[in-house]
Formats: sequence, structure tokens, C-alpha cells
Amino acid sequence: MKILVCISKSPDTTSKIAFTDGNKQFDENGVQYIVNPYDEWYALVRGLELKETLGGNLTIITVGNAADEAIIRKALAIGADDAVRIDADPKDAYFTAIQIAEYAKSNGFDLILTGKETINYNGSQVAGMIAEAMDLPFVSLATKLDINGTTARMEQEIVGGVQVVEANLPLVVSCAKGMAEQRIPNMRGIMAARTKPLTVVAPSATEELTAYAEYGLPAPKSAVKMIDPNNMDELVALLHNEAKVI
Amino acid sequence: MNILVYINSSNHLAKSALEAVTYAKKIGGTITVVATGSVDDATLGTLGEYGAQKVLVDRSVATEDSQQVTRLIAKAAESTGAELIVFSHDLVAKAVAPRLSVRLKAGLVSGAVDVPNASGQVKVNVFSGKAFGFVEVKSAKKIISLLPNSFQPEKTGSACPVEAFDGAAGTAVIKVVETKMPEGEIPLPEAELVVSAGRGLKGPENWGIVEDLAKALGAATACSRPVADIGWRPHHEHVGQTGVAIRPNLYIAAGISGAIQHLAGVNGSKVIVVINTDPEAPFFKAADYGVVGDAFDVLPKLTEAVKKFRSTPH
Ligand SMILES: Cc1cc2nc3c(=O)[nH]c(=O)nc-3n(C[C@H](O)[C@H](O)[C@H](O)COP(=O)(O)OP(=O)(O)OC[C@H]3O[C@@H](n4cnc5c(N)ncnc54)[C@H](O)[C@@H]3O)c2cc1C
Ligand SMILES: Nc1ncnc2c1ncn2[C@@H]1O[C@H](COP(=O)(O)O)[C@@H](O)[C@H]1O
Repeated sequence: MKILVCISKSPDTTSKIAFTDGNKQFDENGVQYIVNPYDEWYALVRGLELKETLGGNLTIITVGNAADEAIIRKALAIGADDAVRIDADPKDAYFTAIQIAEYAKSNGFDLILTGKETINYNGSQVAGMIAEAMDLPFVSLATKLDINGTTARMEQEIVGGVQVVEANLPLVVSCAKGMAEQRIPNMRGIMAARTKPLTVVAPSATEELTAYAEYGLPAPKSAVKMIDPNNMDELVALLHNEAKVI
Repeated sequence: MNILVYINSSNHLAKSALEAVTYAKKIGGTITVVATGSVDDATLGTLGEYGAQKVLVDRSVATEDSQQVTRLIAKAAESTGAELIVFSHDLVAKAVAPRLSVRLKAGLVSGAVDVPNASGQVKVNVFSGKAFGFVEVKSAKKIISLLPNSFQPEKTGSACPVEAFDGAAGTAVIKVVETKMPEGEIPLPEAELVVSAGRGLKGPENWGIVEDLAKALGAATACSRPVADIGWRPHHEHVGQTGVAIRPNLYIAAGISGAIQHLAGVNGSKVIVVINTDPEAPFFKAADYGVVGDAFDVLPKLTEAVKKFRSTPH
């Protein structure tokens, strides 16, 4: 099994969100970057579990600049065998996906895993775009993934229930909660990560299809109205008359 | 402008489908719907009331196979000369819209919450709802995937014709082998009212008071992440940054502290009620109504008040 796991960086989930340059740029001041939780907890760990039972190799890939090598080392410490960094600013999902697809096409992977979405842009776009660029089947937001020979069996949450689907490899899968449990890297992993191979690849010429023109912060909530715990009739009346939600 | 709206109508016409057609109508132009799924022609024709001029349907396409759906929509887009393709941002759209973006080289905006502004930029939520952004699409063809519950469906016209359409979608390579539907529960992503609880409830044996309130309201139930992780509640109830993101009209949270990662999944709710013993709980800052009190005392009282309210005419 040759597995490729796409990892991206995202701001630590507690980061203060602010913008600079006339609301045109995300303010990175004091922001700590982490491996996007869906990529780390679900895609990477499930990929590692599959590799451990079926044998093979797990490569991680990121489209990013040299500063992103910290998150690459983290993923290597958790257990990936080697890493690829496409040396470019991931301008939009299309640009990012085409870069990954170009690399993957010439390296023959059985399984390409991504996270469900990045927690900064919440696009859920890159995986489907990679699949189309490579003309491969794609299963989105899988919560379980098992491989039997050349067949993959997955579960997806649908409205009101769960759907079990099957597809043949090679395949692209985006991973959501339920896939695996978070793994904390140990000291040996961290040491080993330092010497694992990291290949830097030049980007191919690709355009972007979208760009963020401007950002903003939602208006602050008006002050909370406190209700006496012994007066739930009042709360119900407010929900009906004032908030108009019941 | 020619607009194509994709609708996945397995079993019933979801509210989100009506929202997507209403959204296209607000943008303005000639609106064609391309549909998959089992809903009958007469029901599909009612999409005309929301602004569709025509519905093209190919019931042979498997919605779980994103390649088939993509081929169908690409063919419909070509035959209608669509410059804009609209989706509702659900599971099928999350698989198909990105594929279509590559196939048509059309920039994709996912999770739109508003119609394009005067400069053609589309508003979306970013940073898990902690901020918003305006996306500019550089390509001539565009795709917008609309966040459910951002627009109310509006009837403006009458039923429209429905035509069978051959999407030339090829064979399906992804197969559904089983579907498990638990009976009787209200699915969380579609629920307009949600009652949620956290570690403050102390144990799974205490969820009766949460379910009683949900039942009295006709609400779905949800929970914080640790509660799902320790197995007190099923995983699909976990809301937040790493769980489900919901936007109900009413979100009632009992015994949840309101950590930033929890808020990220619920801050799109129209009205938030927080019940917590700790007046300093961070959740109160994000709430519209707050009750400082013990959930074991407050929840049953609220349930009684709801029952009383529901049993009297308004
Ligand atoms: C990367 C990352 C992602 C995460 N994603 C999520 C996510 O998606 N969703 C999520 O929920 N969390 C998420 N978390 C966890 C989050 O940080 C919090 O730890 C979690 O939300 C806390 O859950 P809680 O409020 O149920 O429990 P606690 O923080 O333990 O709070 C319990 C609350 O109950 C109150 N209480 C106690 N007894 C009572 C009583 N009798 N009546 C009323 N109130 C009572 C307490 O005052 C307290 O405020 C994430 C964390 C990380 C690091
Ligand atoms: N710059 C990137 N490099 C590698 N993988 C990425 C990058 N951006 C996004 N991805 C992958 O694509 C998934 C979905 O991202 P998005 O479409 O941006 O929500 C992420 O969870 C990652 O697995």
C-alpha cells in the first residue's frame, strides 16, 4: 500500500482572529500554527493504522513555504515515513489541489487521504479537486475506512443516519471524526522525524480561480439577558414573543 | 444570466433545495434545475414556485458517486449555457462541487451566506464562524455552494415543466452497500431547535432530563466533544470545531462551559440559551439568554414551562 496524506497548517484553535492591511490579510501576529486537526487526528492516524496492518509506505504532502516545515516534522514524528513539500504559497484550493495532483500522478499512490476541511477556510474543496484532476473516485467526509484487498469500505454520515459505501483503489477519501483517535508523538518519534526524508518540489505553473478580497469580524453580541432559574415561564415567553424561535 | 441549480432529491425535497432555488432567483436570471433522486415529477415541478423555469432530471445517476453526478451537471451546464452553478452545501455538494470546479475551470465559493455583492464577491464564514470573508471568483464560470439555513425559501411563481435528461453519466464505481437509519430521531444538521448538554450533566444516566426537554420542544439533541469522546453520547451528536457545525434557530446549552472550539460549531445559531452553575462560564458571553443554575433543577422546570406553553393556544 502506498498512501499519500495531505496535510495543511491551521492556526491553533484558540488563536485570536484579527486582520491587517485594511482587512485584506489575516493577522499572523502571535498566531501559533498547528497541523489542521482533521488532517492530523483522522487522515494521518488512520493512514498509519492501515500501513501498520497492511504494510507499505505513508508519505505526507503539503503545499507551503519553508516555515511550514514545523508541521511537517510533527506529522513525521507521529509516524509518516517521508514528506514532500511543494514550495509555494497555497493561494486557493484549485492551485493547491493541482499541485498535489501533479505530484501524485507521477508517483502511483493507492490511497490519497485528506482532512474533511481546513479549520481556517472551511472550504472542503481540495480533496474533490485532486480526485477530478486525477480522474479518481472520491468519497467525502468518511467516518470509517477499511481496506480489503483492492476494495475500500467506508461509512459516511448522511442526514438522519449512516451510509456504507464501497469503491476500488486507487481512491481519494476525505476524513472526518470517527476515523481514528489522536496520537501523541513520543520522544523516539520526535528524534526519528529529524532524519526522515523531506523532498522539496518546485510548483508547476497553475492559476488561481478564487481569492479573498476582504475579511471582517461579526458584530459583537448584545449583552446576555439573565433569567431567574425559578422563572422558566418568563424564558419561554421571551423565546416566543421576543426571540420568536418557538 | 443562465443559472443551473443542482438538487439531490432522494426521498423528499429538502428545505435546503428550496433555499438554493430561492437563492438563484435572488441573483436573477434564467434558472434551470438539474436533479437526481427518486422524487416524482409533480413534486419536482413545484420548484417552479421558487423560481425555476425548468427541471431536468436523471434518476439513473447514483448520488454517492461524485464522478457520475459531476458528468451529469457538466452536461446540463453545457446544454443550458450556464455561467453560474448553485449547490446547497451538503454531503453530495462537498464531493461534487470541487470536482465540477476542476472540470469546468470554474472558481468555487463554498458555504456562501449571501448573494454576491455589487462587485460580485460572495460572503462566506471563515475561521469556523469566528470571522467572515468576501471571495472574488476570477474565472468566467462560477460555482456557489450555499450554506443551509442562510436563506428562507420564498414562493414567487407557479409550477414549471419537468423533463427527463440523459446525463451520459457513465457507470457508478462507488456503491452503497448498506444504509443505517436510527428511527425517530430528528437529524441534527436539519433541526431548527437543538438541546445540548456537556460534562456538567455528570453521566450518561442523567440524559433523561435533556431528552425530555428536547421532546417537549420537538428538538434534536447534541453534546460537547468530551461527552462524545467518553462515550456518554453517540459521536454524531458532537458539535463544534471538530464535530458537526449547526445553525439552528434555537440552541439550548446546559452544563457546557463554552470553550472556543465548542462555540465554533454553534455560533451560527440565531438564539442561544445557556444554563450553567458558574456565572463566570465563558458561554454566557455568547448567549442571548442566560440562566445561572443547576441543570438538574432548571431543565425539568424549563420542560414543564414548555409543556404548559405548548398546551395553550397562541
Ligand atoms: C483542537 C481542539 C478541538 C476541539 N473541538 C471541540 C469541539 O468540536 N466541540 C467541543 O465541544 N469541544 C471541543 N474541544 C474541547 C473544548 O476545548 C472543551 O474542552 C470542551 O468543549 C468542554 O466540554 P464541556 O463544556 O462539556 O465540559 P467542561 O469544560 O468540563 O464544562 C462543564 C461545564 O458545566 C458546568 N456545570 C457543572 N455542573 C453543572 C450543573 N449541575 N448544572 C449546570 N452546569 C454545570 C460547569 O460550570 C462548566 O462550565 C476541542 C479542543 C481542542 C484542543
Ligand atoms: N496547503 C495544503 N497542502 C496540503 N494539503 C492541503 C492544503 N490545503 C488543504 N489541504 C488538504 O485538503 C483538505 C481540505 O482542505 P480545504 O479544501 O481547504 O477545506 C485539508 O484537510 C488537507 O488535508
